[in-house]
Amino acid sequence: MEQGVGLLAALPVNEVVFFINKVVIAGLIIGSVYALGAVGVTLIYGILRFAHFAHGDMMTAGAFFALIFVALFPTAGDALGLPSAFVLMPLAMVVTALFAIGIDKGFYAPLRAAKVRPVVIVMASIGVMLMMQGLIRLFAGTGTYQFDAGSKAIYRLPVMGRDIILTQPQALLIVFTALAAIALHLFLTRTRMGKAMRAVSDNPDLARVSGISIDSVVRSTWVIAGALAAAGGTLLALDVTLKPDLSFNIILPIFAAAIVGGVGQPYGAMAGGMLVGFTETLAVFNWSVLLRPLRPYLPDIIEIPNRIAFVPTEYKIVVPFFILIAVLIWKPTGIFKGRVLK
Amino acid sequence: MKTMANREILLFSGLAIIIALVFAWMGSAYGMRMLVEASCYAIIGLGLTIQWGYAGLFNVGVMGFIASAAFASLLVTFPVNQAFWDTEAPGMLAHAALVFAIGVAVIYGVSQSHRLGLPRKLRTLLTLIAAAITYLWVQGLMDPATTLIERNGGWVGGLGLPVWMGWIAGGIVAGVLGWAMGRITLGLRADYMAIATLGISEIIKAFLKNADWLTRGTLTVSPLPWPVPTPQEIGFIASRSAYLSITAILIVVVYILLQRAWASPWGRMMRAIRDNEFASAAMGKDINRRRLEMFMIGNFIIGVGGAALVTFTSIFDPASFVPLNHTFLIWVMIIVGGAGNNLGTIFGVLLVYVIWTMSEPAALFLFQQAAVWGDRLFDWQAPADLATRALQMRVFVIGLTITLVLRFAPDGLLPEKPVKYE
Repeated sequence: MEQGVGLLAALPVNEVVFFINKVVIAGLIIGSVYALGAVGVTLIYGILRFAHFAHGDMMTAGAFFALIFVALFPTAGDALGLPSAFVLMPLAMVVTALFAIGIDKGFYAPLRAAKVRPVVIVMASIGVMLMMQGLIRLFAGTGTYQFDAGSKAIYRLPVMGRDIILTQPQALLIVFTALAAIALHLFLTRTRMGKAMRAVSDNPDLARVSGISIDSVVRSTWVIAGALAAAGGTLLALDVTLKPDLSFNIILPIFAAAIVGGVGQPYGAMAGGMLVGFTETLAVFNWSVLLRPLRPYLPDIIEIPNRIAFVPTEYKIVVPFFILIAVLIWKPTGIFKGRVLK
Repeated sequence: MKTMANREILLFSGLAIIIALVFAWMGSAYGMRMLVEASCYAIIGLGLTIQWGYAGLFNVGVMGFIASAAFASLLVTFPVNQAFWDTEAPGMLAHAALVFAIGVAVIYGVSQSHRLGLPRKLRTLLTLIAAAITYLWVQGLMDPATTLIERNGGWVGGLGLPVWMGWIAGGIVAGVLGWAMGRITLGLRADYMAIATLGISEIIKAFLKNADWLTRGTLTVSPLPWPVPTPQEIGFIASRSAYLSITAILIVVVYILLQRAWASPWGRMMRAIRDNEFASAAMGKDINRRRLEMFMIGNFIIGVGGAALVTFTSIFDPASFVPLNHTFLIWVMIIVGGAGNNLGTIFGVLLVYVIWTMSEPAALFLFQQAAVWGDRLFDWQAPADLATRALQMRVFVIGLTITLVLRFAPDGLLPEKPVKYE
């Protein structure tokens, strides 16, 4: 018994809780945001066959729609005890979905009809990205915005004297992503439209001759992609701040997530998002914190530096890039066996 | 053919009138500066038109290649920083470089170990371990060296060599980076190259911004040495004209070389690869190798142009590289002018750059008017940062131009001329 208490005291609870707060939760948060974006990117790639560069700005636009709704109905969330932005998020999702369909009708559909090379549509999506960036900054300026998080509830899970901390927006983000994953799975496997989408993704010509309406498949792709992008953008903005210049910083990890997961594979995109998110937080994590409890047991010659991180924080953007490069070199199909893109 | 020549004459004389108007309006010094910058962009544009117009390669990382070339040029041409060479730091850096070289050799050796009969899984594992050890070791050696440099000399300084060597070094660095990008992405679809080049350009920028010991980071480096006498010595107009004559000669040389190459059997092969990949593969052409060649040549030219551009601004500020000015503006230039047509590219660059420089005062004027009239008619209070917002309008216009040109005039103003062999 004496021994047991001694062992327990020696357990580095502080450090483990710190690790959970700094890595597990942070990775889950950023991974969820990436996953929500990557699902849209991978669906668009699977069905329309181009890399949608404007997706990061679509997330920002979705968050701004939510901001507008919050400004119109600031007290919407009070009755439920949730942030107004979260309660009004479905409205923003609807608007962003319509917006996405509009963009497709205005800019991508004519190019598809003209049967241009796929890379030209990629270029058009870069043009759309710049237009959205310009409009967002024209109307919203270049400063950052802060959502009113409402009740500001913080959940604490005490672990032997230390707390695992989760704020309400973070909890909402994780729960929403999990629900979205389940809903997406049911949609793709159980509904007629979901099956049609998978069929078009697998073989568009075969799908067309079997009588599937390509137009409605394309439309529902944009609805899902736009809605999830709006949700991801809003929840990210709730957790941190809403910045108009998010696009480049978020589009690279999202592409990395979609490619790691296997292009055209929604579950792969979810897994890829989590993978990229966790790798990022693990890479910038200061490991010397975890080594400190070992201090008394080490000989004096070995010194633990104050900072042992794989990557300095300012080079965070390097992490998704290297994941991307590694996947492209060793396994271009991704972990979930996506399409080999030649 | 006749109408085409007429069209060229018409478009270029129109352009000359516009440029003359700018000179008359804003003064010769301003006009010369605009022309020099446009000529540097023209060199970059010729490099990009090789990649996109000739080979169909989608390079969205032009900014990164320009920045790396400008940095290489800075390192070669900037005067020597004696404070750095007097410390132990050069030796420490050399030590780190040696360890790095050995590490790379070991990694390469291990990655080839399957030839000795090692299982592939074990080989991958060993390669990763070797890479991790090299990385940690080099990082461990670099940390004290960089701290020492930042404390004593500030930064490493340059080598004090002539400017033309710097520009060539810039081209070589951009070409080597392009080789690496091409090796990774050329076997895959064009989208991957876009994503990878976008990523590398953001990383290059992050590196140049944060590596204070190497680039002084946000402190910026100036004045960069010029290949011609500076404005302080002989006045703005004379020195800018001298600079313009150098860049103009570069444009002419690149243009003639490209025209010759394009008419040669090599150019014919490249067109064949672009227009029908499968047929040319069936004829025994090594498609990816040729494309890699194109990507490297294009990047070399982009690097030289980028080094010339940054040398002209006379200040190396890593934060001044933005994708809009250094990637997408150039894209608009070449698709408006006509990708694959060298003359069209030069025309597009000049036209778009004149419009671009004039759009800044124009946007400010328009938005001020809007604010004044909005206040007068609707009692509308303009936001305080109206000027910065007005400039964001240019981002929108660039994006709109890209989408409109792609849809309605995919060949540009001066389309590529089909080469006919009679």
